[in-house]
Amino acid sequence: MEIKRFLTDICEMHGVSGYEHHVAAIIKAALCEHADEVRQDRLGNVVFYRKGKGDGGRPRILLAAHMDEIGFMVTKIEEGGFLRFTSVGGIDTRTIVGQEVLLSARETLPGIIGAKPPHIIPDEEKEKAYKMEDLHIDLALPEERVRKLVSPGDLAAIRREPLMLAGDSLAAKALDDRAGVAVMLCCLQELERLHHKADVYAVATVQEEVGVRGATTATYGIVPDIGIAIDVNHGEMPGVSEQDVSQMGKGPTINIGPNIHSKVNGELIRLAKEYRIPYQLEITPGFTGTDARAIQVTRGGIATGLLSIPLRYMHTSVELVDLNDIRQAGRLLAHFIAAIDTPFVEGLICY
Amino acid sequence: MLLKRLAAAHGVSGDESEVRDILKEEIEGTVEKIYFDPIGSMYACKGTGRKPKVMVAAHMDEVGLMVAGFEKSGLIKIEKVGGIDDRVLVSKPVTVGPNRLPGVIGAKAIHLQKINERTKVINIDNLYIDIGSRSQDETEKLVKLGDYVSFKVKIREIGDNCLSGKAFDNRAGCAILVEVLKEDYDLELTGVFTVQEEVGLRGSGAAAYNVNPDVALVIESTIASDVAGTKEAFHATKLGGGPAITLMDASFITPQKMVDLLVNTAEKLGIPYQFRRLTTASTDAGRISQTYSGILTGVVSVPCRYIHSPFSIINMDDWQNTLRLVKGALNAIAEGGLLE
Amino acid sequence: MKDLLKKLSETYGPAGREETIAGVIKDELESFVDETFTDVTGNLYAVKKGSGAKIMVAAHMDEIGIIVTFIEEKGFLRFSNVGGVSPYILLGQQVVFSNGTVGTVSMEKLDDIKKLALDKMYIDIGARDRDEASAKIRIGDVATYYRHVSFNGGRVIGKAMDNRTGCAVLIKAMQELGDTNNTVYAVFTAQEEVGLRGSRTSSYRLDPDVGLAVDVTLVGDTPEPPSPMAVSLGKGPAVKVKDNSVICHPRLKEMLINLAVKNNIPYQLEVLTAGGTDAGAIHISREGVPAGVISIPCRYVHTPGEMVELEDLENAVRLLKLFLEGPVDLQKIFPCYPR
Repeated sequence: MEIKRFLTDICEMHGVSGYEHHVAAIIKAALCEHADEVRQDRLGNVVFYRKGKGDGGRPRILLAAHMDEIGFMVTKIEEGGFLRFTSVGGIDTRTIVGQEVLLSARETLPGIIGAKPPHIIPDEEKEKAYKMEDLHIDLALPEERVRKLVSPGDLAAIRREPLMLAGDSLAAKALDDRAGVAVMLCCLQELERLHHKADVYAVATVQEEVGVRGATTATYGIVPDIGIAIDVNHGEMPGVSEQDVSQMGKGPTINIGPNIHSKVNGELIRLAKEYRIPYQLEITPGFTGTDARAIQVTRGGIATGLLSIPLRYMHTSVELVDLNDIRQAGRLLAHFIAAIDTPFVEGLICY
Repeated sequence: MLLKRLAAAHGVSGDESEVRDILKEEIEGTVEKIYFDPIGSMYACKGTGRKPKVMVAAHMDEVGLMVAGFEKSGLIKIEKVGGIDDRVLVSKPVTVGPNRLPGVIGAKAIHLQKINERTKVINIDNLYIDIGSRSQDETEKLVKLGDYVSFKVKIREIGDNCLSGKAFDNRAGCAILVEVLKEDYDLELTGVFTVQEEVGLRGSGAAAYNVNPDVALVIESTIASDVAGTKEAFHATKLGGGPAITLMDASFITPQKMVDLLVNTAEKLGIPYQFRRLTTASTDAGRISQTYSGILTGVVSVPCRYIHSPFSIINMDDWQNTLRLVKGALNAIAEGGLLE
Repeated sequence: MKDLLKKLSETYGPAGREETIAGVIKDELESFVDETFTDVTGNLYAVKKGSGAKIMVAAHMDEIGIIVTFIEEKGFLRFSNVGGVSPYILLGQQVVFSNGTVGTVSMEKLDDIKKLALDKMYIDIGARDRDEASAKIRIGDVATYYRHVSFNGGRVIGKAMDNRTGCAVLIKAMQELGDTNNTVYAVFTAQEEVGLRGSRTSSYRLDPDVGLAVDVTLVGDTPEPPSPMAVSLGKGPAVKVKDNSVICHPRLKEMLINLAVKNNIPYQLEVLTAGGTDAGAIHISREGVPAGVISIPCRYVHTPGEMVELEDLENAVRLLKLFLEGPVDLQKIFPCYPR
């Protein structure tokens, strides 16, 4: 399946943290043909297992890309049928006012995120950004019907059709981190052409946005020798300092810092140079805000890497990526997997 | 002196190799086995097969900085690794990268500052390392993105049997663990020099998982705030007051029977001791005690003034007494009774 | 239930010092279960063995408190918090130590009450100097709120309803549990208030098939409540959907709702926008555990005047019992999509 089509399908779908099943089903359908076994664990992580060639003692490599997205959860139904809500994951309240949402209640219901109309708000208040408790979801239904259809706990996400922009760029919601899942698809597709000794566990993880929870349990169950998280990092834009961003279209970003094993990094960079895959670097001086954070400290410690796709406007509903970065990231990972052998793994604990 | 060598070594969280190499050399021959885990912690084991199984941990890493970017002028942009107050950074010499290049963190001359500027903290976004190069190209030939930076200080004797310098948190603990490993105890002892404590207690959970001990002791270095302008109630610990026994910190509450063991050992051996009177800040004990189905853990610390800055101070009597307390505690654990 | 709740609420048991409350709970349950034991973190386990699914139910027995860090020359005690203690709620309150010593909490002079913080406060136990204070109190001793329980027409006011109500519900459910194939571990966890510590180690130890927590939750039925919650006192136990520590497993949430509906037990749905419970640690233990929460609506959480409604507790017991007695179809809970 081509990644443009894959991404457009899964980004439009809803899969807010904790309730990823609809997205999981599409991801399963797209990736399973490249896997020898597919299973889903107790929290909902989907694991695609691809066996390596070679007898016994094959290196075990975990790939993790989270399929959950940020969203909203109904907390209370107010008089008039308006819904109060809270965020699931980190949401900038300023980006959601006046947006269209789809609410998964007893039926799927369209709604608008509204606030008090501007002309009755005093001027000083207009200078301040909205707080989530001042916002509501308006379903344009009478209260009685709302109470029959909607319950506290129901989830909503912004309604956004993915949009192709110039130069192979895609704007959509939830590219954080469905872009990473697309990288896994590319990687698995590339692996069909390569010879790899290592066993691969490509995991579409759950609940990253609320605390890297899926990666914690998935890694515990798989116990890999190497774990690579695939996530997104910030693409350049005005007002953000250069050291905090990567450039769109210049290739995936390799992370450096204490969360990352230097030999894993060394190998990623070496292969990127060898196969002329463009790449960029970023540093994180502590643990990263990705699945890599959970992977590294699971069980007895795991050699970890992090590959990120540059993405503009993170956690808005118009996140933007360059599809070429995704393809390149998939290639890099596939070559990495193909290059890993037992001596490399043994070298990871040589200090 | 080993402690001086360790404190002077460059081992910011994420690249503890120089420290690890010194420690490895020191303990080789005093233990049965040395091994490592994928994150970089070093394990030293002796008395294999005896009971109970005890783990003693001391973290190797120190707080420092990381090269985050380059200016056209050749100056280097930085980010903090671990908890450092921005105010201790300005006007300090540093060591950069694996080639140990010298550099300085300068500041705008006072003559060039407006009056109201002088009262504001210079925060890290406005601090740069100058290694003396004249352009970004020149800098990038010598320094890489992600290189670690530590303070450049001489470890010196000061005052009454004290030492001044950087990284006593936690090279003081590491030096103690080296001495502890030189002796024999009637138990299975694994000393673990953990990594990345300063960036979130990252190495200790995996360490406890690998060792799976019955009991654990953590040797740390902790805040001594017995300085001018601080009321006695907020001293946390006092320099010269002896090893500090933790009752509770942000990550961990010491079980009473462990507190009792440490206090009784100190009293029996005539070792001066104090309680750590701060309940904030976390240590490796937080992760270790929560591994598997729970591990009985205790923490003893060497008091340290001006912790997490280039010039901290420890008292060598405190250091000696902490060592005596740890050895005494191990012997008390070997005698039995702690684990019912 | 009233007497049990009163006994539990008035028993001393701050985080890290749960021995006394654990003893009281053990006495309540010993004759009803196959085995009780404790562990190194301080958790108390009571198990009813069976051959079916292994269910862990956690109710934390610890309460918040304050720990003495220094004894002043004049006998005043400096302290820090154990768990979430608000200086404003604490001001002027009476507190009690494990040996029965009572003290009043007061503050230094402050020109702006907004700057009130624990390090500007102290406990006065009436000691005239350090020696007199040290005869009763050591550094490291922990005090809790000092309060007797009051009953007001079906409602109860007292300290530590968070989470002695959960403990009461779990105790009653275990005492009244009917025949079941399931293995049920009632775990009265320690140190929840300082970071879900007891549930982390106990869930690792037990490796259950499913987990439940019973804890209190906030309500939205008081004047201008701090956050809009759809939960009220007296409308039944709440089935939690989400808080900051856990998004309850959808299947378990469904199971609890279905049991309530089928058996005419009033229930509410709860979305808590801050705070966490033991389920937060249980669900990410090892390879993951499907976890849910039965919440007791509670007003004024983390004050000495926490308020609950007895009927909510009774209904929580009914719901919990039904869950524990019922068949737990693991196949339905772990959807394994075949290839």
